[in-house]
Amino acid sequence: MYNARPVLAGIAIVAVLFSAPFWVGRLGRDYKDAGIVPPKDEKNCIEDTELMRSRHMQLLNEWRDEALRGENRSYTAADGRIWTVSLQNTCLSCHANYREFCERCHEASSVYPYCWTCHVIPVEIKK
Amino acid sequence: MLSSLLLVLLIGAAAWAGAQAGFYLLLGAVLPYSAVLVFIAGLVRRMIYWAGSPVPFTIPVTGGQEESLGFIRQAKTDCPSGASGVWARMFFEVAFFRSLFRNTSAEIQEDCLLTKGPRSIYSSSKWLWAFALLFHYSILLVFLRHFRFFMEPTPSCIRFLESLDGIMELGSPRFFLSAGLMLAALFFLLGRRFFNERLRYISLPGDYFPLLLLIGIAGTGICLRYFDKADTTAIKVFIMSLTHFAPVSPQGLSPLFFTHLALVCALLLYFPFSKLTHMVGIFFSPTRNAPNNSRRVRRVNPWNPPDQYFTYAEYEDLYREAMAEAGLPLEKQPDGT
Ligand code: HEC
Ligand code: HEC
Ligand code: HEC
Repeated sequence: MYNARPVLAGIAIVAVLFSAPFWVGRLGRDYKDAGIVPPKDEKNCIEDTELMRSRHMQLLNEWRDEALRGENRSYTAADGRIWTVSLQNTCLSCHANYREFCERCHEASSVYPYCWTCHVIPVEIKK
Repeated sequence: MLSSLLLVLLIGAAAWAGAQAGFYLLLGAVLPYSAVLVFIAGLVRRMIYWAGSPVPFTIPVTGGQEESLGFIRQAKTDCPSGASGVWARMFFEVAFFRSLFRNTSAEIQEDCLLTKGPRSIYSSSKWLWAFALLFHYSILLVFLRHFRFFMEPTPSCIRFLESLDGIMELGSPRFFLSAGLMLAALFFLLGRRFFNERLRYISLPGDYFPLLLLIGIAGTGICLRYFDKADTTAIKVFIMSLTHFAPVSPQGLSPLFFTHLALVCALLLYFPFSKLTHMVGIFFSPTRNAPNNSRRVRRVNPWNPPDQYFTYAEYEDLYREAMAEAGLPLEKQPDGT
């Protein structure tokens, strides 16, 4: 082998760098569950739970466009119930515990919605 | 081209069907583990193979003035004569694709007024450089952003990259610019091979396949985030279990996720046997890593046969008797006097 030392260093760098997904996880915690606390006094979300889990941000986007561009502030869910289109007053009336619901799940997936620079989280008003 | 496209589609379709049919052990554990193993082992094998190939002489293919007399200014990074210059040249090459920046295109002008006939014209051509750079930085960013699936808690540097990437705050989930830019750059790199007939002529399946594979990966990734939304939380649980070597059942994850994963695995499996090894190859490139000091440092070709010397003393030892008979002058007489 020519230039053995730099080559070995290069091999070590490749091995360490590309096995990173397998060892960086050990620097922190293991992750089994986001540990969110769903609202207790309600049973169902606006739409099916599966759907909400993966598509709630799209629903919010739709709501925002409907309310602000279409001036339509009522939303009919798949099961026929009618909801007022409002981030603060609808979502967060049931999910009043923002910290342990929305935020906990978001932190787990490294999502930091910027909505709260303008919208208000109701809990914070009470405090 | 068509065969590469079919191959990519076939891999994707097979993964989709496999996920539907429930081959979770194969798609969710065996394939990813073996792909990572083959990727790393394959790259290491390549590096050892390259390190074993001798370089016959320094290759000072330079883009600048070499070190000379004191009053002639040397191009220190383009024609380095020492280690620090070589590091600088390598850095600019890897980080900014400096040699691609000098890319030129050659055209033939049919009737030139000066030569009264055809004439070749060379002009600077920066498109390849720009889109290659765009692609590489986008995929780097995309790769780093995926570490949110590998780490809990996600470190703040990754969060910072995400906020930069989503700085336009378009839509919800926020649109990450790197995803779109990567796809755009890939389509440019593919289109280049389509529409430039000289390039099309020299393009092989080994050129089309990685591009189409990457387009497939980026496409499925974008779908997973923006269109056929996957359950990101469940995917993170699955990925973390995978990297902790205790895979949980990925039952219920969307088939599109497995298509994405299988395409990535195909890329990892293919990588060490393809032109994509230029990722490590660049560091072995003698035109980048050899200082131009051939006038100062003697370099011996490693495969030269060992030198054979036949000194005069040995010559005389061999032919002493005959030389004495012929009356030639000798340093040592045959009788030892
Ligand atoms: C720049 C400030 C700002 C930001 C950031 C912002 N909004 Fe809004 N949003 C508004 C304003 C102003 C309205 C109009 C309120 C009204 O007319 O009732 C609104 C209305 C809405 C509505 C419909 C009406 C209502 O009362 O809820 C939804 C839904 C909504 N925003 C969702 C979001 C989401 C989701 C985000 C984060 C991705 C977000 N917004 C970020 C300013 C903002
Ligand atoms: C009527 C009260 C109510 C309203 C209004 C409501 N939710 Fe829910 N939501 C629930 C309940 C109850 C659950 C838990 C359902 C379950 O566990 O099956 C839930 C579940 C969810 C989940 C999935 C959590 C999980 O288990 O993974 C998300 C995400 C969610 N809601 C977001 C929203 C958003 C965003 C809004 C506003 C657009 C909203 N919810 C409005 C009651 C509500
Ligand atoms: C089950 C976990 C979970 C829960 C609970 C949850 N979210 Fe999310 N949310 C996510 C994930 C994951 C994303 C990012 C989606 C992606 O990366 O594809 C997201 C994205 C968003 C976004 C878009 C952010 C962006 O900038 O891209 C908004 C807005 C949002 N969630 C609002 C809410 C609100 C409001 C609640 C509480 C009512 C809530 N979410 C509860 C998992 C959750």
